[in-house]
Amino acid sequence: MSEHTLNPKAEAATYLKTLISLLILTAITVAASYVNFGAMNVVVALTIATIKATLVALFFMHLLHDKPVNGLIACAGFLFLGLFLMFTLLDFDSRENPQPFNLHPQVAAPPPAAAPATTPAPAPEHH
Amino acid sequence: MAQALTHTDPHLGDRPRPAKNYLNATTGIWSWMTTVDHKRIGVMYLVAVTSAFFLGGMFALLIRLTLLTPSHKLFGKVLIDADTYNRVFTLHGAIMVFLFIIPSVPGSLANFVLPLMLGAKDVAFPRLNLASFYLWCGGAMLAVLSMIFGAVDTGWTFYTPYSTTTQNAVGLMTMAVFTLGFSSIFTGLNFIATTHKLRAPGMGWFDMPLFVWGTYATAIIQVLATPVLGITMVLLALERVFNIGIFDPKIGGDPVLFQHFFWFYSHPAVYIMIVPGMAIISEIIPTFSRKTIFGYKAIAYSSVALALLGFLVWGHHMFVAGQSELATVVFSALTFLVAIPSGVKLFNWLATMYKGNISLETPMLYGISFILLFAIGGLTGIFLGALSTDVHLTDTYFVVAHFHYVMMGGTVIAFIGGVHYWWPKITGRMYSEKWGRIACALVFIGFNMTFLTQFFLGSKGMPRRYYNYLDQYQPLHAFSTFGSWVLGMGLLITAAYLLASLRKPMDAPDNPWGGTTMEWLTSSPPIEHNFEEQPVLEHEPYDYRPKVKKHA
Amino acid sequence: MSTSTVDLQQDPHGHGDGGHGHDDPHHQHHFTNMEQQFDTSKIGMWLFLATEVLLFGGLFVGFGLMQARFPQQFKEAHEHLQRPLGALNTVVLLISSWTMVMGVLSARTNQRKKLVVYLLLTIFCACIFLGVKYFEYSHKYEEGLLPGHYYSHHGDKIPTVDGANGYATFFSFYFMMTGLHGIHILVGIILLAWIAVRGNRGEFNSNYYTPVDLVGLYWHLVDLIWIYLFPLYYLIT
Repeated sequence: MSEHTLNPKAEAATYLKTLISLLILTAITVAASYVNFGAMNVVVALTIATIKATLVALFFMHLLHDKPVNGLIACAGFLFLGLFLMFTLLDFDSRENPQPFNLHPQVAAPPPAAAPATTPAPAPEHH
Repeated sequence: MAQALTHTDPHLGDRPRPAKNYLNATTGIWSWMTTVDHKRIGVMYLVAVTSAFFLGGMFALLIRLTLLTPSHKLFGKVLIDADTYNRVFTLHGAIMVFLFIIPSVPGSLANFVLPLMLGAKDVAFPRLNLASFYLWCGGAMLAVLSMIFGAVDTGWTFYTPYSTTTQNAVGLMTMAVFTLGFSSIFTGLNFIATTHKLRAPGMGWFDMPLFVWGTYATAIIQVLATPVLGITMVLLALERVFNIGIFDPKIGGDPVLFQHFFWFYSHPAVYIMIVPGMAIISEIIPTFSRKTIFGYKAIAYSSVALALLGFLVWGHHMFVAGQSELATVVFSALTFLVAIPSGVKLFNWLATMYKGNISLETPMLYGISFILLFAIGGLTGIFLGALSTDVHLTDTYFVVAHFHYVMMGGTVIAFIGGVHYWWPKITGRMYSEKWGRIACALVFIGFNMTFLTQFFLGSKGMPRRYYNYLDQYQPLHAFSTFGSWVLGMGLLITAAYLLASLRKPMDAPDNPWGGTTMEWLTSSPPIEHNFEEQPVLEHEPYDYRPKVKKHA
Repeated sequence: MSTSTVDLQQDPHGHGDGGHGHDDPHHQHHFTNMEQQFDTSKIGMWLFLATEVLLFGGLFVGFGLMQARFPQQFKEAHEHLQRPLGALNTVVLLISSWTMVMGVLSARTNQRKKLVVYLLLTIFCACIFLGVKYFEYSHKYEEGLLPGHYYSHHGDKIPTVDGANGYATFFSFYFMMTGLHGIHILVGIILLAWIAVRGNRGEFNSNYYTPVDLVGLYWHLVDLIWIYLFPLYYLIT
């Protein structure tokens, strides 16, 4: 029932190499988190995560040698998730007033009483 | 090689009726409750969704009755108060959407017919199929519980912040919707796998009936969109319990985010509703025009295009909700795009009928009704997709009329047509053609009386979901209510003669309509394992060139 | 008429074995042969995994948007999460993925004992993961770093304004996502145990190892989700 000729030794070696790569990438991403890349922090971390995910999918989940339909299904899942994220971000990023008025201003010191007259009664403190 | 009966076989219909079919192969309620036969599961679904339809319909009649007069009085007494009214329209929507329309065609007709059309013995995962049905039952029970414990008055769309803060039984209803969502997901999963792997020998992708294409496209949406509904319900429930702070503006959340989450599923959901309906029409039109379908590939591709494009337009439900202008414009443009595949289908069906040998049996009457009513429904969607008109029409009766035209004038009409079309195959009996035509006329007339009126109500400014209205709207409301009685009558008569047909002996021929798809090769009703021998496809889809014997 | 089909079965009667064993007890009647059955099961499993991606994905989207809404509060809340523990859990799950795929290989090569050992190792890793999570959760509980209106931590730099509390929202998402992930790990442990019992009974061999393969795919997905959870919660500042 194997999709390709079974060569256990070669396969086991592939799995081990994949695991080692994954562990190395994990070390890299943890190390990178101690460096401040500014706005690129998220990009760096998610890129490494995606490389790890691809390795797991291609080798541990056998997508590399599997029938294409399975890879297509996997890609579709991520693609549609991406569409959801993209369009929602499109809305949020292009709003004129991204923050609701009761969050302005977000500073360490409490703001002076400059809240608009329409502020509803403040909710009780959480603690 | 198999001794297959093709549609040109002269002995078609001559063979004796098998003594045992899927209905009587095993007996007893336990054999039904533990069945993994897709045909039995389809029948159980049919009974289940039809019951839900009648429950939702009763709520609809109550709505219309309440709105008959501005005072809401009947025989001198106020029928229901405003809070109850809010619950009634919410339950009407929730039951119709989640318990009836979405599971209707996939669960009942597709479940029954899809494997037969593919020449298969069952769906890919029969036990999962049964699980889907039980999940529907579980969701239905949770919905009923929600009704008992105070019901829900948020509207079927559960918009925040009201849904996160109201004391009503929203939690139970979200659990119901979550459960029903997974029922839908597993059905879709099953159908995709079945279509990929269980086709008969000789049947490539472009030899499949268009009903299969439609079901496949629907299944893609079910699998990809419904999980987001699931997580939306979880987030809503947790927001109610824990005050997470995601949807409620009082604690820093964004109610528009809830709408993004909700409509990311619910817009594709309307394609889950309509694409199977269109798939049924793609079967009925060529059969009753006795002509090959025009534009097979165009219809097949348009089903998939609808499924995929349908994921890109959800923001058109949120034009006035507080979405950014840029997003609004983008969604509006994409909405115009998504109308194109539907148009493609309409023109292909009409081209199929042109110069065809048309016979107007009940399924065809419903098919033609579908084309007319869906055209109106689809076109009015364009009005709503254009920003400048939507600003005035949104949240009015215009929207209500639009979606009833596409969902009821579209899907429900197609569903009833499909039930009639496959009735002989499912039950082994023919229904009364005379009553079929009478009821179809009543349904058509009643439907238009009810809902065409509502376009005018909406464009004159009558808001939706409103209990009270100005006196000037009363004549239109009253006319719409009268229409609902005609419609209800037509539907009741339909149920009556269909049930009555079950008392007749099983004498339906294998292929009463002269159809060319594989389900007509087996007996009416089919044997438990569908086919005596594996059928092999030996002709193109909808090939009407050889003489097909049609049995009276 | 198209003659190229995806699955042109040579044996329409379904009695042939295609070299995979007559009357295999696992052969379901509506499939022509075991290969078709296996391929179909795989498609089904991948479809299910796609639904899981979208289910969790919704939470990722919600988290991302709330992060944009409360950037400073989220940044400060991040610091309560212990990076070494998160990294340890990541390593543990990656190793468990390796033991899992080695288990599948053992099943395919008729090595019953190895299969059971690898499955038990996978369960063991999963238990370590849950143990670390329990440790993390109890630390959060002690500090009052709880979801939504149960949040009771003191010493936050940015005061809550009119009930809007980004810290509470952060921890709501933290518990929701790691909690849902944890539930999936629990279910995974149960599935792995079931497969281990069946494997020990000798039910799997080179002709039939579908359940092992499918549970493996599920397990790798659980790992995949953590691969994304870990940087988002523990690493990004």
